[in-house]
Amino acid sequence: MNEVPLVEVRDLTKDYAEGENVARVLKGVQLTVAQGELVALLGPSGSGKSTLLNILGTLMRPTSGSVRVLGQSLVGAEDLVLTEFRNRHIGFVFQAHLLLPDFTALENVMFPAAARHGRERHTDRARASELLDRVGLSDRRDYLASQLSGGQKQRVAVARSLMNAPELVLADEPTGNLDRESADRVMQLLIDINSSDGTGFLISTHDENIAARCQRQIYMADGRIADDRR
Amino acid sequence: MLYSIKIATRYLTATRGQSLLLVVGVAVGVYVFVFMSALIGGLAVLLIDRTVGSIAHVIVEPPDRNPVLLQEVPGALLAVLKSSQQRPTLQSAAAYLPVIEATPHVSVVVGKLLGNGFMVKGEAVAPVQITGIEDKDISAIADIDSSLVAGSSELMLGTAVIGSGLAESLGVGVGQSLVIRSERNVEQSITIGGIFELGLAAIDEAAVYLNIRAARVLLALPEGLSRYEVKLDDLQQARSVAEDLRARTGLKATAWQDQNAQLLEGLTAQARSGDLIKGFALVTIIIGIASALLLSTYRRQSEIGIMRAMGASRGFVVTVFVIQGAIVGLAGGVLGAGLGFLSLLPFPPPEMTSGGGLPVDYRQGAYGAAIALTLAGAIAASIWPAYTASRIDPVKAIGP
Repeated sequence: MNEVPLVEVRDLTKDYAEGENVARVLKGVQLTVAQGELVALLGPSGSGKSTLLNILGTLMRPTSGSVRVLGQSLVGAEDLVLTEFRNRHIGFVFQAHLLLPDFTALENVMFPAAARHGRERHTDRARASELLDRVGLSDRRDYLASQLSGGQKQRVAVARSLMNAPELVLADEPTGNLDRESADRVMQLLIDINSSDGTGFLISTHDENIAARCQRQIYMADGRIADDRR
Repeated sequence: MLYSIKIATRYLTATRGQSLLLVVGVAVGVYVFVFMSALIGGLAVLLIDRTVGSIAHVIVEPPDRNPVLLQEVPGALLAVLKSSQQRPTLQSAAAYLPVIEATPHVSVVVGKLLGNGFMVKGEAVAPVQITGIEDKDISAIADIDSSLVAGSSELMLGTAVIGSGLAESLGVGVGQSLVIRSERNVEQSITIGGIFELGLAAIDEAAVYLNIRAARVLLALPEGLSRYEVKLDDLQQARSVAEDLRARTGLKATAWQDQNAQLLEGLTAQARSGDLIKGFALVTIIIGIASALLLSTYRRQSEIGIMRAMGASRGFVVTVFVIQGAIVGLAGGVLGAGLGFLSLLPFPPPEMTSGGGLPVDYRQGAYGAAIALTLAGAIAASIWPAYTASRIDPVKAIGP
């Protein structure tokens, strides 16, 4: 079966201009991820992991090369097209959870759907409740984000990333700010979702133990993919 | 849109203190706007009431007698010249009365005989303007009854009601007799029946009201009238009524605005000054809202970045901030206009002010305009911050 790859990156480069100097952060990345894969992205700070995730997440434009997610080319597309694509097909989990502090856990989870439809639909509310239940936070649904612990916030962020049932979730150091117990719990959650829903994950991490629990480990160094293990 | 309203409302209620301060600031600006509207409008009502209240809104007179060209003669002009000897009068005045009375907006019509003359008391002589009028009509145009300072306004044959300035210059009081001599050199002996003071020097220092039958003898005008004076139910309609009357009667009809150009100029200048102050109030509101929302965009940069990362479009972000501006504008507008109305309500209308009081007119607070302009201004003020917010780079806003 010739399934469209989840992610297909060819000759990807990204330059950052700092005054008169130009720093090349990605230096010709080649990468293919199949749908439903659970991939760990490892590498030292400055190796280009976050930049790669930002480009795959359509939050940043590459300098050159091609990027396809679910077969759709994301290079040169209009901002509105990228925004809609991101909303429908990509979920994010950030290291600092990044919830909206003045909103409840349920409202945070619902946000991607409400932003898409322009209102909070009953069906979206029900799905958000179900997702909170799934991450073990049904009793915290009406708590403001600012009233939750770090681990709870990150689980809300995971639930939010799944709200629009995306095919790809990009997780940038999702356990970086958590204690071991919370980190394990969040990681197990991602593994469970991957196996039950078939959602593809690209998880950036420094933690070899976390990476070992993924199906595939990609090592980045100096803006390139240095190793790719299954 | 519904969701944008929810987010905007949440942002405003999340920082209650700041939002309240912002709304109060807008309300103060709107209050100034409303107060200035009521003050400028009230001043205009007062001035018009004090000035136009004592004069006719439209004067209907015989048409001007311009020179008439008789015959075209090459190299010469043959014309009948305008007579300066014959006084223009409405000879068949009674025929015009029903036409004038039937004209829309006309509420009162008074026929008058006018002429000039002198009043003599011993060695004192004063030039006077003689008005012959039916006894019942004496207060129909200028409210002589309410302006009496001595005697009564009853116009019997042989009595006169005169202005206070004239009485003072001649040194006469009620009950005293004196001689009045018209421009036709007819003399009568009259008794002062009443003295009034309208507060308008031109009238108080020269006006003499006589019974119309006595005036006919004195002015040697046995029939007809000098003019009709008309009062309207809406004095702002004077120009259109004058035009209507010209068309209906063929007579000369002049609106009060055309006889009081200086008053109109003054009122216009006053209105412009008021508009300028209201404009400044509006600009202050706009700057206040714009700066507050701009601060809000900087403070909420990271949240805007999160929303954008979650798939909120730039249009969504713009809407959230514009709605915040609109809510602040609407709330401040309604609060300021409401407070303005409540604080202006105890003031009596300027026409009822007995002098010395602040002539604010709560009916002219322009509350609707204040709210609408503030809302429009607030929306305009929020566009720049909203645009700035929508251009925030999610990667930079979220940070490493």
